[in-house]
Amino acid sequence: MAVEQPLTSPPGETTRIHDIGYRGYDGPRLGRAYARRSLYSQSLRGAYGLGRSVKSKVLPMLLFAVMCVPAAIMVAVAVATKAHELPVAYTRYAIMLQAVISLYVASQAPQAVSRDLRFKTVPLYFSRPIETADYVRAKFAALASAIFILTAAPLLVMYVGALLSKLGFAHQTKEFAEGLVSVALLSLLFAGIGLVIAAVTPRRGFGIAAVIAVLVITYGAVSTLQAIAEVQGHSGAIAWIGLFSPVTLIDGVQSAFLGATARNPGGVAPSTGEGIVYVLVTLALIAGCYGLLVRRYKKVGL
Amino acid sequence: MIATESLSKRFPRVTALDRLSVDIGPGVTGLVGANGAGKSTLIKILLGLSPATEGSARVLGLDIATEGAAIREQVGYMPEHDCLPPDVSATEFVVHMARMSGLPPTAARERTADTLRHVGLYEERYRPIGGYSTGMKQRVKLAQALVHDPKLVFLDEPTNGLDPVGRDEMLGLIRRVHSDFGISVLVTSHLLGELERTCDHVVVIDGGKLLRSSSTTDFTQTTTTLAIEVTDSDAHPDGTAAVRDALSERGVETHHEGAGLPGAGHILLLTAAGEETYDLVRDVVADLGLGLVRMEQRRHHISEVFTTDTTDTAEGSGDEQRKEAVGHGG
Repeated sequence: MAVEQPLTSPPGETTRIHDIGYRGYDGPRLGRAYARRSLYSQSLRGAYGLGRSVKSKVLPMLLFAVMCVPAAIMVAVAVATKAHELPVAYTRYAIMLQAVISLYVASQAPQAVSRDLRFKTVPLYFSRPIETADYVRAKFAALASAIFILTAAPLLVMYVGALLSKLGFAHQTKEFAEGLVSVALLSLLFAGIGLVIAAVTPRRGFGIAAVIAVLVITYGAVSTLQAIAEVQGHSGAIAWIGLFSPVTLIDGVQSAFLGATARNPGGVAPSTGEGIVYVLVTLALIAGCYGLLVRRYKKVGL
Repeated sequence: MIATESLSKRFPRVTALDRLSVDIGPGVTGLVGANGAGKSTLIKILLGLSPATEGSARVLGLDIATEGAAIREQVGYMPEHDCLPPDVSATEFVVHMARMSGLPPTAARERTADTLRHVGLYEERYRPIGGYSTGMKQRVKLAQALVHDPKLVFLDEPTNGLDPVGRDEMLGLIRRVHSDFGISVLVTSHLLGELERTCDHVVVIDGGKLLRSSSTTDFTQTTTTLAIEVTDSDAHPDGTAAVRDALSERGVETHHEGAGLPGAGHILLLTAAGEETYDLVRDVVADLGLGLVRMEQRRHHISEVFTTDTTDTAEGSGDEQRKEAVGHGG
């Protein structure tokens, strides 16, 4: 039997290893809020492969680099050519690289939740002080933060570059702030959609495929429909079609309220009324995803 | 530690627990029942994770319905199924679980090192769990249940999937959880035999109903059965029959052998009243000049408890039913 017995030192011998036996713990127990924060930081680190194997660091780090490199190039070009404006607006950047963001969400959302489901680790969490909602909030916040880091970092590169090349401070700061609001909204929305899909399946591969399908296919379909609407002269429909894919949804919100140029055919920005609908739909989707996740985990429970 | 009061849990099609009232004190308590008897359901309810349909229960003096979080802070749980991610090391995993229980980072690391050492994991604790044997995984599962120094742990089938040596080690470890660590244990199993050696108290449930709740000493006193096998000699061509007759002359009745079971005709079963029964058997066999091939204590299968219990209450004698033990002794 592989248990140690306390070693007693025979008289006469002075050097001995003493097994001090079992020690209880009477220090502080920090409770739910602390556990939620711990889970948040562990998940956020995990979303970039930190604290995991070398293999799992490759993809998130690579995608992070892919997101930042074009921004750096743009800044370099703007500095070199002494341009008066960055070649791409802050708000356009995430939309331009939406495929990279989608890929990141597809790879990391299943990582965040499917693992716990597949290896049945979930019961270990719920047999501890945290509740279903704590778990969901920690995971949701962690993935949203991870996506925010991914999308905000290149904006920061652009902003710093713009200031260095002495483009107007007030103007740049305003646009940078608008860009940050836009990617924050995008992060919440993508995290919610990614997690809901990933939480349904314990199979990681399936989760990845499903997230890509939802994010990329809806975008493709919506863009196509918008193009058709444009050609056939139903430009009024373009804004409404845009409600049906996460990327165009964010695009609509920012072109209505955050001074962005819409990327849809014809560059039609939604009117204020349509913009309000966009915002409401976006917020409803985020809240809906949260609600679905809580419901899902109530069921998985133990 | 635990007190339930007509606790019931009904699912749309099954009644998992049926008005279960039981009191469990400190120490190691075995919860025995066949698969589907309601053991895991009871643990889930006691952890405050699944509401009871009716009735109430208190764990460590806290109400399960309203103080679930407070209960879970002071209770550990080791599930029956696999629950370990393969790509992290035991240390990382247990540290994370300790923090989930509210331990500050430094304390979590210290407690993890201590606990893993106590359950018998040394250098291997830095390797990914995926490469562990079943025995090592069970130890990690136990460690994560103990890492926050709970007052009580629920161990759901901790010996599942282990070989006999691993089983004995796990049972010894469970014993130590109480004797050395001072943590009370509620351990489930469908094998009464292994719990008899480990537990102070055994609770038997079947079909969600309480069948029996008594201390282990009561259990063994009423159910110790001796199995004897003897050789034949020229003087006694049927040694088994000769011993049986000689024993009944001295007032010790043997049970009927389980007819039809292999080797059953050569094995005598009798109830040991105490030390004197062993002496008596020895003397009888020696007087007859026969060789004693074996004399052993039968371990009891859970089904035997069920059958003896029903006859005990119905007829006041469970002797006939003990032949059931022949087939699966040991």
